[in-house]
Amino acid sequence: MDIPFKNPPPFEVRNLVPGGEFSTVDQLRHAAEQAVLRKYREFVIVDVDSHHYENENYREVFKYIDSPVIRRQALESAERPGRSSLLNGQVGYQDIGGRITRQRGRAREKTEPGEQRDIVMTKRWMDSMGVDYACLFPTPMLFLGLHPQPEIEVALAQGYNRWLCEQILDVDPRLVSMLYLPFNDPEAAYRTVKEFGHRKGVTGFMVTSPRYKPVHDNAYMKTYALLEEMGKPISFHAAYNWNDQSMAMLNRFISVHAIGFMMYNMIHLTNWVMNGIPERFPKLKVMWIESGLTWAYSLMQRLDHSYMMRPSDAPALKRKPSEYMREMYYSTQPMEMPDDKSILEATFRMIKADTQLVWSSDYPHWDFDLPSVIYDLPFLDETAKRNILGGTAAKLFGIDPKVVKKIPGDIVVS
Amino acid sequence: MEFCIGAEEMRELFVAKTADFKSGDRRIVVNDHGREVGVFSQDDGYYAYSNYCLHSGGPACEGLMINRVQEVLGPGKTYVGEIFADDVHFVCPWHGYEYDLKTGENVANRILKLRKYDVVERDGAVYVVA
Repeated sequence: MDIPFKNPPPFEVRNLVPGGEFSTVDQLRHAAEQAVLRKYREFVIVDVDSHHYENENYREVFKYIDSPVIRRQALESAERPGRSSLLNGQVGYQDIGGRITRQRGRAREKTEPGEQRDIVMTKRWMDSMGVDYACLFPTPMLFLGLHPQPEIEVALAQGYNRWLCEQILDVDPRLVSMLYLPFNDPEAAYRTVKEFGHRKGVTGFMVTSPRYKPVHDNAYMKTYALLEEMGKPISFHAAYNWNDQSMAMLNRFISVHAIGFMMYNMIHLTNWVMNGIPERFPKLKVMWIESGLTWAYSLMQRLDHSYMMRPSDAPALKRKPSEYMREMYYSTQPMEMPDDKSILEATFRMIKADTQLVWSSDYPHWDFDLPSVIYDLPFLDETAKRNILGGTAAKLFGIDPKVVKKIPGDIVVS
Repeated sequence: MEFCIGAEEMRELFVAKTADFKSGDRRIVVNDHGREVGVFSQDDGYYAYSNYCLHSGGPACEGLMINRVQEVLGPGKTYVGEIFADDVHFVCPWHGYEYDLKTGENVANRILKLRKYDVVERDGAVYVVA
């Protein structure tokens, strides 16, 4: 279709004008063009892994901490510039020396006074990409499982979860979350599921992967049983720990990121399967987030190969490890794109992508994906594309798959 | 990625007056078919490329301009450090894909090249053929 087009006057790069306003919608206008051309208006898109920066709201989040002593320490730590001194962090420079311009530019983006900024900013990129519903996760808290004080993890998880439910999930039905589980304290993790499992927009619970508690510890069984009974998925969100003894040998962020985001999920999944957790909780849904796909393809083969020779080492299993793995869910991002697409196709077949793969953007982080990473794959039919982009996740999360997005520049369908 | 590429008719499109388009400046020009082209003025030359990143369609010409990072080795091939080299890159702001300003080649894989457009200067103005 040829649309008559009147070309506008040449313009400067608006988002780079010093002191000027930054606009997510402007920087993502090509994403919106993709969304219009691919007719995303015709089907639901669910993003199972996106982020906000909860540190921009510390002063509000910390007010929700129960313990008056920790609350006082936390609020005081938020008054000084820089990262909260109460919380741990990691060395990491996502913005590649300023090359990812939105990381710095977002501070210059305007929202109306009185609007909840996280909601407004999130819906801007969602609409631009053609996303209807997004599962929102924190950012610095991805490292909270490495905090030396489990009680701080518990306090912040509890405060953050309450803040998120009241200020975000209760307010906007397009935003959902799998809430942070304070996994270093198994009793607190159980209490978290009990307290928040039925809250609006809570579609499951999330464990941040960098931590050193094995998932097969008996202390977690009652939490798994509760999640299974409630029908809420548990997810493991990858990240890295540069201070891990093995990771400390790596001298570049690119290396730590590439390996770290796979390593902890490989360890947790191996423990999960080889200790027969899927046999104990066959209806418990499990999702592995932000490790890409190649690790699963590799691990299936490794575990099967060893299991066939050493079944006595994993006596709980009644099937090959890969068969359990094919019943789990995997988020897409950061989706590896091999030059030879037949390798990707084989990976999709291996993990049963038509029913088990769920698209994720990871926006606004540096290596985010657009829906087109799935939509443009030549080996998927339209049904598979729509399942991966939203249909499967909508079922898993119990979301009404109604299309609600408003893609900038798209025609309005009444 | 690019869409609707075909035998589109191109014409000279005004970019800027020469006097207003100094080294380090750039403009985004939209052609008659709605396609965006990034036009750079750098030192004594002009360069114009498709504004659609070859990775995932980001605004390739709208990011940071930054010199190439070069590794420095010392005697015995020992690592010494890193410096900024003379050649200039422009970086897609979505994910950091870097392109050589003089060629439009992706610096991580030079087989990948942005579509290049001709730039002409006459009568005190700069035009891109797009």
